[in-house]
Amino acid sequence: MIRKEEIEHIGWLARIELSDAEKELFEKQLSSILDYFAVLDELDTEDVEPTYHVIGIKDVVREDEPKEALSQSEVLRNAPKKEKGYFKSPRML
Amino acid sequence: MKLDNLTAIDVVEGIKSGNISCEELVCEIYERIERSKLNCFITLNKANALEKAIEVDRRKNEEDYRRKKLLGVPIAIKDSISTRGLQTTCASKILEGYIPPYDAAVIEALKCEGAIIIGKTNMDEFCMGTTTETSFYGPTRNPHDLSRVPGGSSGGSAAAISACETVLALGSDTGGSIRCPASFCGVVGLKPTYGFVSRYGLIAYANSLEQIGPMASNVTDTALLLEVISAKDERDSMEVKIKNNAAMNYCASSLKWDEDANIDIDIDIDKEVKGMKIGVPKEFIEGVSPAVKKSVWNAVHKFEDSGAIVEEISMRGLNLKYALASYYIIAISEASSNLARFDGLRYGLRLGKDENWHTTFSKIRGEGFGEEVKRRIILGTYALSAGYYGKYYLKALKVRTLIKNEFEDAFKKQDMLAMPTMPFVAFELGERIKDPLSLYLADVNTVPINLAGVPSISIPCGFSNGLPIGLQLVGKHFEENEILKAGFVFETLSG
Amino acid sequence: MKSESTNTNGVKIGLECHAQLITKSKLFCPCSTDYHNSEPNTHVCATCLGLPGALPVVNERAIRYGIKVALALNCEVQPQIIFYRKNYYYPDLPRGFQITQYDFPIALNGLVQIESASGGDGGRERGIRIRIRRVHMEEDPGRLVYKGTIDTAKYSLVDYNRSGIPLVEIVTEPDLRSPKEVRIFLGELRSILGYLSVFDGDLEGAMRVDANISVGGGERAEVKNISSYKDVERALSFEITRQKNLVRRGLKVTLETRHYDEVRGITLSMRTKEFEHDYRYFPEPDLVPIRISDMVSEIKGEIPELPDEKKRRFVSQYSIAREHANTLTYDINIADFYEEVASKMDAGLSAVWVADVLKGELNYRGISMREASKRVSADDFVAMLRYFKKGVITERGATEIIREMLDHGGKPDEIIKRKGLASIGSAEIEKAVLEVIKENENAVEDYRTGKKEALHFLVGQVMRKTRGRANPKDVSKWIEEKI
Repeated sequence: MIRKEEIEHIGWLARIELSDAEKELFEKQLSSILDYFAVLDELDTEDVEPTYHVIGIKDVVREDEPKEALSQSEVLRNAPKKEKGYFKSPRML
Repeated sequence: MKLDNLTAIDVVEGIKSGNISCEELVCEIYERIERSKLNCFITLNKANALEKAIEVDRRKNEEDYRRKKLLGVPIAIKDSISTRGLQTTCASKILEGYIPPYDAAVIEALKCEGAIIIGKTNMDEFCMGTTTETSFYGPTRNPHDLSRVPGGSSGGSAAAISACETVLALGSDTGGSIRCPASFCGVVGLKPTYGFVSRYGLIAYANSLEQIGPMASNVTDTALLLEVISAKDERDSMEVKIKNNAAMNYCASSLKWDEDANIDIDIDIDKEVKGMKIGVPKEFIEGVSPAVKKSVWNAVHKFEDSGAIVEEISMRGLNLKYALASYYIIAISEASSNLARFDGLRYGLRLGKDENWHTTFSKIRGEGFGEEVKRRIILGTYALSAGYYGKYYLKALKVRTLIKNEFEDAFKKQDMLAMPTMPFVAFELGERIKDPLSLYLADVNTVPINLAGVPSISIPCGFSNGLPIGLQLVGKHFEENEILKAGFVFETLSG
Repeated sequence: MKSESTNTNGVKIGLECHAQLITKSKLFCPCSTDYHNSEPNTHVCATCLGLPGALPVVNERAIRYGIKVALALNCEVQPQIIFYRKNYYYPDLPRGFQITQYDFPIALNGLVQIESASGGDGGRERGIRIRIRRVHMEEDPGRLVYKGTIDTAKYSLVDYNRSGIPLVEIVTEPDLRSPKEVRIFLGELRSILGYLSVFDGDLEGAMRVDANISVGGGERAEVKNISSYKDVERALSFEITRQKNLVRRGLKVTLETRHYDEVRGITLSMRTKEFEHDYRYFPEPDLVPIRISDMVSEIKGEIPELPDEKKRRFVSQYSIAREHANTLTYDINIADFYEEVASKMDAGLSAVWVADVLKGELNYRGISMREASKRVSADDFVAMLRYFKKGVITERGATEIIREMLDHGGKPDEIIKRKGLASIGSAEIEKAVLEVIKENENAVEDYRTGKKEALHFLVGQVMRKTRGRANPKDVSKWIEEKI
């Protein structure tokens, strides 16, 4: 059972502002979904290795050769707020 | 010009022979789109497409143009794939107006082979959904019945092909997002082996599960498109560089290319089918609707009648409920991290007034993401958070190993597996969207394939009350050619 | 492995050092790393900007450099490395996560030996062992520019040129006992990294340090944002004093992260909700494991004689003082220069002239040996020293030649002619001395009455007259004779 305070905490961790209605809705829905996920507890996976990559390739690397970057205007093109070639960010604190 | 029944190969040959005008074709397509009630497209590329079409008509006799495999073929691109200079939104408010400065690898390949990009198709927001109902730009409708869903998340692409608003399309498949809409809309869709097609430029939902794949009205077009988009790419570490390029084999062996790059299909049906070992896993067929069950068995019997060895098998360790849980935990965990970059600083939604960094950021995401996306990010963050990593994410990855092993076991005896793509036909808009869990359960036949990373194709095999049913053929890793051949055989046998 | 220490004041310091590697392209994308004097956001691509859909691919040379560093620090290189995502939010982090290493780093369990400055705090013995906990690779985030300080600025500006630059992170055990020791350690570390040719200490922001400090067995505080090598001692001294004051007042030090404000020289508490992190580490799904055991023996062969070893060899091989050896071996370019000179010239003399004079001139001009060697070759230096040894030029003349070569280039014999630096002969000295004696009767009188300073004055006058071309010792003798 996932409680509202937990949802608030996770909302903060995920940096998503949730409305009160959303918090209430999620409290119900997420609990039932998490209960569904708990079905995996039925399986004994003590000696099973996790699969992080389904095609088990390794050692993929590239040569240290520089290539052309994007132009400054391309980089900033979608920036909602910018100044003198920089992205403009809200204040930190 | 009749758009219905026009295949990509028809277009390429018609343009090269002078029987088809690319400009006329593209104009007709846009007229159709304008009249459409389906809402297949989020963004249209009209000016650019027409310019390219005129160029194709003008230069088609030049040597390098004659060699282009998709010369003048109109193609629709799912809006989760990056297109340079053309708005890419992932059907989300948070990316409204985003114009990527780069093309995805598959787009580069398409442009190289002369394809004409018609526009960006509608989808579930950030690929999260099975019905294209979570899109910020409204749902897409099923061309066979406007009150029903087209499937998802590549619903726009599938519907566009079905309604002849495009000739080819690209989708992406994380847990069934190509195959489900292909099944619901009665078109062909293929999810390649994981690592077969470069993901560079695919806006990530679940990195370890997804692939870009071809969608078309027939199997041969699907093979042709797959061949083009599976070009090698250095920018995706997971893309397997040394591969037999199975599509190449198929095309080489059955699609004959003459000097002028005209295409001819040359395949001996009898030879292909005889002795083919097809397994039908009961876990995937016993829970589906009666109409679907009947249609899929009829399809499988067609293979049998032509000499294939069909066997009902059991993938004993594969309880589909475990596969679903494992899939969703992995997908949402990866997604919660992939979507952390949407903060309104470098692109995307930014609200009028800035407060401090963390508050501003949280408000933007609260405003810009739809409900399903928020739900999955919250769940995914939870699954990865301190104390829960072992219980959810790590556990899901271990279960994934078990599922992968099940497929490996099945493929020891079988050449491929056959089963329904979806447990039912298209349902009504609004019917399931209020109950997220019931929607997740609809993916039950498609997600195990993504967990194992094997290739799979959905081919139309019948109807129920006018609504299409899809047959799903699943192959071994990197044996796309086998399932394409089988699909082609089935198409031919079905007339 | 226990560290040896006679710790009497309870200060424990552990460091996390981040050093930029000088590869040609970034760690996960092929953008050029040559961003230091460029306009903002001009060395950026889809990948290091974190555009949706872009993917990382690992730079092999960066990994090799990381292994090289690990070997030079006497670490155990691991068989396989795996990259992880560290999830947190900051404007300079374009993807909302940093690709780094967590389990499966490049190396573990290394060791660096440093010498304590004699009489350092806590009375530590010479030859202090600083254990290295781990060495791993990660990418640099972008750069934030504030108008003002972090807590007063109305907004920040962000430049992603630095985003994706390869970093090697070196984590020590808390074996350091004072800010001074930390400075010595960092000096040794920078020296080693320079020897490996994987690091350029002159570049701005090339090394950044976070420190964990505790006093008297209490809780530790982490101090972040020490961005310049020179700031380290100041930041740590402030923090130690702060903690000691708390303890003196009967208060406890809290386990927290503190931000170093370089303008005010203080550390500020960052214990607010914004800075609490749950990093939710998991393996980077877009990258595969990389096996590195096979690279080790080849890379080991590429490691040159390191500073510590070179220092000891210089002392024994050239019979020079330890202080000179320290100065000569800090920068491998100086060490190589010295050895070339010493191969053709008296080793002791060479040591003085390279370690004291040349190095002094370089410091004054703020240039590195690497830059200087474009103007001054070892052969030129040897030629100059030969003239000095023969007495053709005085000490002052020799210094003048060095300065001229550094500032304008040229060769010693040409400079001697052009600037008239040749020592003058006895006859000229005698003449000058007689003139000075004649012109300075008062001073001569002073000297006769026993005022020693008068002699210095008279010598100075002769030096002026001869424009420094006379050897002061000789002048002194002459004056005494003539008076």
